[in-house]
Amino acid sequence: MKVLMFGWEFPPHISGGLGTACYGLTKGLYTVGDVEILFVVPKAFGDEDHKIVRLIGANEISLGSSIRNYESFLRKISFIEIKSNILPYATPEEYEAAIDFARSEGKELVYTKMGQKFDFSGGYGANLFQEISNYAVVAGQIASQFDFDIIHAHDWLTYPAGMAAKAVSGKPLVVHVHATDFDRSGGSVNPGVYDIERRGMHAADKVITVSNLTKNIVINNYGIDPEKVTTVYNAVEPSKTIETLKAEKGINDKIVTFLGRVTLQKGPEYFIEAAYSVLQKMSNVRFVMAGSGELLTRMIHRVAALKIGDRVHFTGFLKGDQVQEMFDLSDVYVMPSVSEPFGISPLEAMQSNVPVIISRQSGVSEILQNAIKLDFWDIDAMADAIYGILNYPGLEKHFRQHGKEEVNNLKWDSAATHVKEIYQTLI
Amino acid sequence: MKTICLYFQVHQPMRLKRYRFFNIGNDHYYYDDYLNESIMHKVANKCYLPANKLLLQLIKEYGTNFKVTFSISGIAMDQFRLYAPEVLDSFKKLAETGCVEFLAETYSHSLVAFKNDEEFRKQVELHTDRIKEFLNVEPKVFRGTELIYSDEIGAKVFDMGFPIVVTEGAKHIMGWKSSNFLYCNAINPKQKVLLRNYELSDDLAFRFSNQSWAEYPLTAEKYVGWISEALENGETANLFLDYETFGEHQSKESGIFDFLKHFPKEVLKKTSFKFATPSEIAEKLQPVSAVSVPHPISWADEERDLTAWLGNDLQEDAFNKLYSLTERIQKCEDKKILIDWKYLQSSDHFYYMSTKVFSDGEVHSYFNPFDSPYDAYINYMNILSDFIIRLNSAVPENQKDQELATLAAIIFDKNKQIEKYEAEILKLKKGPLKTTSSKATKKTVTTKPPSKTVAKKAPAKAKTSKTVQPKTATKKKTTAKKAAATKKAKTK
Repeated sequence: MKVLMFGWEFPPHISGGLGTACYGLTKGLYTVGDVEILFVVPKAFGDEDHKIVRLIGANEISLGSSIRNYESFLRKISFIEIKSNILPYATPEEYEAAIDFARSEGKELVYTKMGQKFDFSGGYGANLFQEISNYAVVAGQIASQFDFDIIHAHDWLTYPAGMAAKAVSGKPLVVHVHATDFDRSGGSVNPGVYDIERRGMHAADKVITVSNLTKNIVINNYGIDPEKVTTVYNAVEPSKTIETLKAEKGINDKIVTFLGRVTLQKGPEYFIEAAYSVLQKMSNVRFVMAGSGELLTRMIHRVAALKIGDRVHFTGFLKGDQVQEMFDLSDVYVMPSVSEPFGISPLEAMQSNVPVIISRQSGVSEILQNAIKLDFWDIDAMADAIYGILNYPGLEKHFRQHGKEEVNNLKWDSAATHVKEIYQTLI
Repeated sequence: MKTICLYFQVHQPMRLKRYRFFNIGNDHYYYDDYLNESIMHKVANKCYLPANKLLLQLIKEYGTNFKVTFSISGIAMDQFRLYAPEVLDSFKKLAETGCVEFLAETYSHSLVAFKNDEEFRKQVELHTDRIKEFLNVEPKVFRGTELIYSDEIGAKVFDMGFPIVVTEGAKHIMGWKSSNFLYCNAINPKQKVLLRNYELSDDLAFRFSNQSWAEYPLTAEKYVGWISEALENGETANLFLDYETFGEHQSKESGIFDFLKHFPKEVLKKTSFKFATPSEIAEKLQPVSAVSVPHPISWADEERDLTAWLGNDLQEDAFNKLYSLTERIQKCEDKKILIDWKYLQSSDHFYYMSTKVFSDGEVHSYFNPFDSPYDAYINYMNILSDFIIRLNSAVPENQKDQELATLAAIIFDKNKQIEKYEAEILKLKKGPLKTTSSKATKKTVTTKPPSKTVAKKAPAKAKTSKTVQPKTATKKKTTAKKAAATKKAKTK
């Protein structure tokens, strides 16, 4: 079967969970076999991992899309990139701000707050929504030129593209909900985004959610028929067998890490408050907030006000190897997300043998057993858990023994098999 | 003669309250009174009281033909006293009939048998004393916490004066052998071992109200039929259950009380089997062979071993940490600390830390106040940290202990010296010899300052740590008093 997939980001340009999940799933579908994928992404960089995907020639496609041909490797997956200014995670406000900034500076390359690089070389979209509909137009053209059996769109920015492709081809549409605007906005939902999400889900023949948490949001807040919604949990790439040199810790202190975008959704303030509480009882511990985001300055102010600046460190956005390095240095990983559809980073921490504390408001807590789960707002419980892991050797030992094993059993292959079964019900 | 042994375990732990790390050092009360009281009330009303009432009725009806056996943990008795004294009274009534045997166990329902023999013996003695005190009977048969047993433990309790033990007839121990006979200990053949028939017992404990069970509903008639089958080639059917089976695990509506009511009637009418207590069985039957249990067994979970309590790193760590305190506890005389020591040892705390929760969930989560084994572990370790701080101040760790002891000795010596000098002064004051008196005052002048500082220090220390080992404390007090007295004498 052939799948037209509207996805995001390929290594090495991965700025978050969405890209990782797209990549993992695509790879999984390839391994499962019998699935051909036409993978469409907004403007890529050209140095992506082409072992899995192959760029195919499609010169007919306008709007500045670039197409290359890779004969050598795997033929199963075709890869189309479209020059576009849309990027994942950006809210419309962020997008406007980025464009304004680019205009005033006269620069062509802009680094977003997440460290995501995007290209302004081809004319600006009037706004994000304009850009999305442009993208949908291209999607329609692709749909008319290629042959496929099913359409699969990842997250709201590509739903219009998916819908356009469906309208042109009449093929069934699967939308994959990695997050909803309720997660991203912390309640103040953008009506434009909500509208696109809702239309996408209603137009879809099947909705895949990354957790039951998200499934419930889709059913309750978007009015989708529960029959149509299926949960497929994300997985994680098995950790590399070749152990790279572990980063050396320069200090004797224990390190507790928060790693992620410093935004409302991720609950960074709860981490800071818990840190304060732990520091009242322990001195040989340091807290690291790795990542950037709109709440970063507020967090720095809060740390200063609590007078724990010498014990709480901000690293800014970490990339690739730095993330691994951070995990190597960590003694505890905390993910206090307020609303996390899935949350892949605790799995990566566990692969590095780091004990994790996760909020019950995360999809990943539905499948993990070897993790401490608590409510994001329960700062006392969070502080207690951090203190417990740092002071009582039993926990660390237990998690080191069982955490990695559990995570390595979460395979993309099984997620992909599940997705394939969903495809089969639609053909 | 063929026998049926009905034995019920009664135990409720002192559940711990949510204790965060910032409570360490500030809050020395560890128990969730509300939870403990409400669970005790619930279970008393649903199970203990109605079941005891029914048993008393049955004993009145059938006299010595009907017999039952209980084990009641010390912690359960403590909670009866606190929250439901009427339950204790009803057990007392049962005890008075003479048809009920009570078994010995560790006071704390603990796993101390694996750690320290002396502490083990003490706990069993304490439990025996309590049973005597409350129920006016003397236990003669031993049962380990949750039927935990091994050859070694059996031999140990034999030496403590228990020639009979009860335990699980675990499949992997029995092999082709049947649990429906009396056995003896493999190390000490003088000790007799009664084994639980887990199939018949679990029919009641776990399956009774299960509507998807092929044998549902289980009537007394059907059940007695099964016992007859089992005893065709056997001598005793040992039915060992949690007492909470009646009315709590199996609800009243399931008909479990009706079952219990009709069960003796059915047995006595239709069979020649006799109800008997473990000590009667051990007297009447001959052991058929030794049962070899090199590794400890219990009645818990599928594995029937210790993994429910000591199966992962969390449990091992907490368990070892707790018992690393044994030596100092033996020196401790602080009553509050010793009470907490009893309650903290309860095996339930380790049970809550089991990661088998994920597979054997239902049983483990029963009455479990914690969301996860990690919660249970962190909470317990926080409490233990506070407990250790208290114990440290009550019984200082070795080095400090010694230091204090030597200081106390110095004070003692100095005091003696002062007394001597005082006597001399008095003597000199009486005698008019001038030359010697001036010498004496010189001496007192030189000795005064150190004696003063010592006198000041001692009470100050005694105040800051109430703590100091009692013996040294009393010594200090006396020395302090003496020093104060000498001071007064001097000022005079």
